[in-house]
Amino acid sequence: MITRRFLEAPDRRGWIFLALLAAAAIIVPALNLFVPSTSPLHVSTTTVALWGKYLCFALLALSLDLAWGYCGILSLGHGAFFALGGYAMGMYLMRQIGPRGVYAHPVLPDFMMFLNWKELPWYWYGFNHFPYAAVMILAVPGILAFVFGWFAFRSRVTGVYLSIITQALTFALMLGFFRNDFGFGGNNGLTDFKDILGFNVQSTGTRAALFSISALALGLGYLVAQAVVRSKAGKVLIAVRDAESRTRFLGYRVEHYKTFVFTLSACMAGVAGALYVPQVGIINPSEFAPANSIEVVIWVAVGGRGTLIGAALGAILVNYAKTQFTIGMLAPYWLFALGALFVLVTLFLPRGVLGLLPRPEPTGVPCSTSGPPAPKLRSAAGSPPVQPGGGEHASVSRPGAAAAQPVLAK
Amino acid sequence: MRTSYAHVMAVLLWSLGGLALAGPPAMAQSYEQALAGFAADAFSDTDAAITAVAGSGHPLAAKVIGALQDGRLLFNADDRKIYVREPSGTVLDAATGRPVAGEAPPGLKSVRLNNRLRRSVEAALGSLTLLAPEPSRRLAAAQAVFKSRDANALAALEGALARETDVRVRKAMLEARAAIILTQPSAREADRVQAVGVIRDRSDRDARALLGGLPADLPPTVQRTAAEAITAIDRHLARWEMVQHLWYGLSLGSVLLLAAIGLAITFGVMGVINMAHGEMVMLGAYTTFVVQEIMRTTAPGLLDYSLAIAIPAAFLSAGLVGIAIERGVIQFLYGRPLETLLATWGISLILQQAVRTLFGANNREVSTPSFMSGVVELGGLAVTLNRFWIIVFAGLVFALLLGVLRYTTLGLHMRAVTQNRRMASAMAINTGRIDALTFGLGSGIAGLAGVALSQIDNVSPNLGQSYIIDSFLVVVFGGVGNLWGTLVGALSLGVANKFLEPYAGAVLGKIALLVLVILFIQKRPRGLFALKGRAVEA
Repeated sequence: MITRRFLEAPDRRGWIFLALLAAAAIIVPALNLFVPSTSPLHVSTTTVALWGKYLCFALLALSLDLAWGYCGILSLGHGAFFALGGYAMGMYLMRQIGPRGVYAHPVLPDFMMFLNWKELPWYWYGFNHFPYAAVMILAVPGILAFVFGWFAFRSRVTGVYLSIITQALTFALMLGFFRNDFGFGGNNGLTDFKDILGFNVQSTGTRAALFSISALALGLGYLVAQAVVRSKAGKVLIAVRDAESRTRFLGYRVEHYKTFVFTLSACMAGVAGALYVPQVGIINPSEFAPANSIEVVIWVAVGGRGTLIGAALGAILVNYAKTQFTIGMLAPYWLFALGALFVLVTLFLPRGVLGLLPRPEPTGVPCSTSGPPAPKLRSAAGSPPVQPGGGEHASVSRPGAAAAQPVLAK
Repeated sequence: MRTSYAHVMAVLLWSLGGLALAGPPAMAQSYEQALAGFAADAFSDTDAAITAVAGSGHPLAAKVIGALQDGRLLFNADDRKIYVREPSGTVLDAATGRPVAGEAPPGLKSVRLNNRLRRSVEAALGSLTLLAPEPSRRLAAAQAVFKSRDANALAALEGALARETDVRVRKAMLEARAAIILTQPSAREADRVQAVGVIRDRSDRDARALLGGLPADLPPTVQRTAAEAITAIDRHLARWEMVQHLWYGLSLGSVLLLAAIGLAITFGVMGVINMAHGEMVMLGAYTTFVVQEIMRTTAPGLLDYSLAIAIPAAFLSAGLVGIAIERGVIQFLYGRPLETLLATWGISLILQQAVRTLFGANNREVSTPSFMSGVVELGGLAVTLNRFWIIVFAGLVFALLLGVLRYTTLGLHMRAVTQNRRMASAMAINTGRIDALTFGLGSGIAGLAGVALSQIDNVSPNLGQSYIIDSFLVVVFGGVGNLWGTLVGALSLGVANKFLEPYAGAVLGKIALLVLVILFIQKRPRGLFALKGRAVEA
């Protein structure tokens, strides 16, 4: 029953996406492991690791799209959930180092020896077991998102205000994790990993496996997200995005839906972070930097928000471009390009790259009959509690815009 | 003259109640006699000679002791005469201070020192400066004696006290004397109690440390008064500490106010989420730098006044960039706050990178004009002048902005457009132009903040980023669309931050504050001074 529900959810594009992912999950590791490095078809280990990283970013973008594209929650702190998942995985990997560290202490990680700590802090207990760590990868970001969302949505903090406090959240976490006495390695973070589930993190086989798992996780994340947005609850989420007050007046507990989707999204981000860490070999507090989280938003915007596939695509596109820029002569111009991307996409490509393609069939994306593109964000400006000045602009600033949103002009 | 001075010293000493001093009354000996003590080159004789020379009050005493410290004091073992070799190489007769005629006598050796003697030399030099002609040097010497509490300096201190006319120096000397008496085991009980009183009146950290570190074997009366004095000083210090925290808080609050007040216009009044606001601040700081560099090459004499040019220049440059951003990007995004946020973030990346390309990624040096550097002591409060002027500047900018909004035609139009755009448009107000000007005004004020921040912060491409989150929190905390809310928000966040810091540390204090503000927004989603009535619904 549940399986059926999952498998009925994707549309034709979704199936193409899933098929591509499955193909990548099988072919890329195969080309890496079984094709000799002299062959032109060989995929180098660096490339595998790089694309594995992109897949993790794609999952992160997908999770943000679930919250932003379908429920209008623009989180500028999604990098925090990603990093928390990553830290949970990092703690497991640190415990796996065991006595092979520089100080050769059987339990304490090197940085704790360096800080002259005598025993393991309580929150490090259990991380030597993978199942426990796996639960934590979902639970820590999930619980934080639940508590944060529950408080924020209950008191109807919406729109830009929510964005700013999510940004403050990740900023606060960054400051905290930079401290040595937090017990997460401070400035240097967690690194120097050796094993994951008994396999060497550095070995080609493990890297190829991690790539496949990342592709699998992305596919799974897509199926879950797709199932959610296609369900009845998904329709309510879209209603919340487009007209929050109206949905509330119709009797829906808006804050429950928002908390649910925010928490789910945070868990997915946590998984993305957990898969990211063994592939790059380090997790440090700079992952919490507010700028990182905003960058995730532009991945989603580039691909097309409210499309799920577009978000994943955008993440891969932007990161591929970033790699191409930063390894070449153009490195100093990457930030110009990224900045221009922000401006141009918001001005000229409000529905992202995917919006350029003809629509195959109507889905959960709001109908665009009502005028200029991306009307979904109007809801944030139009709902009463957002901001007096902005609301004013929203409703009457441009005659065209005002006519385009009859719901909000009242 | 010399003898009469020694006489006074002797009388003073006697009147002190026969305080035992090391060695015979040194002043009675003449300077020349004392000098001869160095010729023996035995450590005990040298020590006596140091005390004697320092106490003689002879004008050459400081030079001789100084030479001894540097190993430039020479003696001739045969005729027991003492010479000073100047750093330039000329050799002087220590008794007369005149250069030796002809060749320096052969067989000169320098007077040796050991560690104990070096301490005596330092103490002697300290007490010698007690008689220096400049009051500032005398004050410093008295304070040094207070810290060292060297009993050997007591005699010199008494002598200096008798001649001292400057009230502040005199007070410092009395305190130094009290400190010595207090730690002198042979001093009389009554003197010591009195000394505690003197030190209690000083009421600072050093006094607290001195009283707290007294030996346990003191007479009970002294101990009791000392304990009382400690409590009194602690109370006094705690009060001043509060004032100091308040001052730091005000200072931080004024910086936050400057950074946030432009945002209060663009975000608060216009409703535009300008993530590039911090970069406007940065542009202002770099304008200050450029103006200063131009002044440095064209008119170095007027460097102190470069801020007077930098202020309007920063306002104009940041304001013009702001207008360009509004006309080029933001005007197409009104009513779409989340997209505005993304687009302006992109602009901020471009501006940062542009500045990095133009000026390099390193911090740039902006010099502080002389009237802004230095510290003024107000009681127990250390007021740094640059912080003081920034508070004044923030107040001025705030008042000016209120004035512009309240009394000028532009301000009237701005308020009209934000309150009811259609009606304003019907009254022949060019709303597009007003939008651009309002945004320019907000950005220009951010540029002014940059001028102020260039004085206390590193001028780097990342300057603005460190303030953007704080600025948003201030505006949101204070209540959107309300300048007074921004003022109260900035000052209360600044003060709260500085009061949290001593308990939680800088980083944890900041985190605590962020969490508090997040919780506060839950409670009052529209800030401290929320707009009421119809304005909210608009």
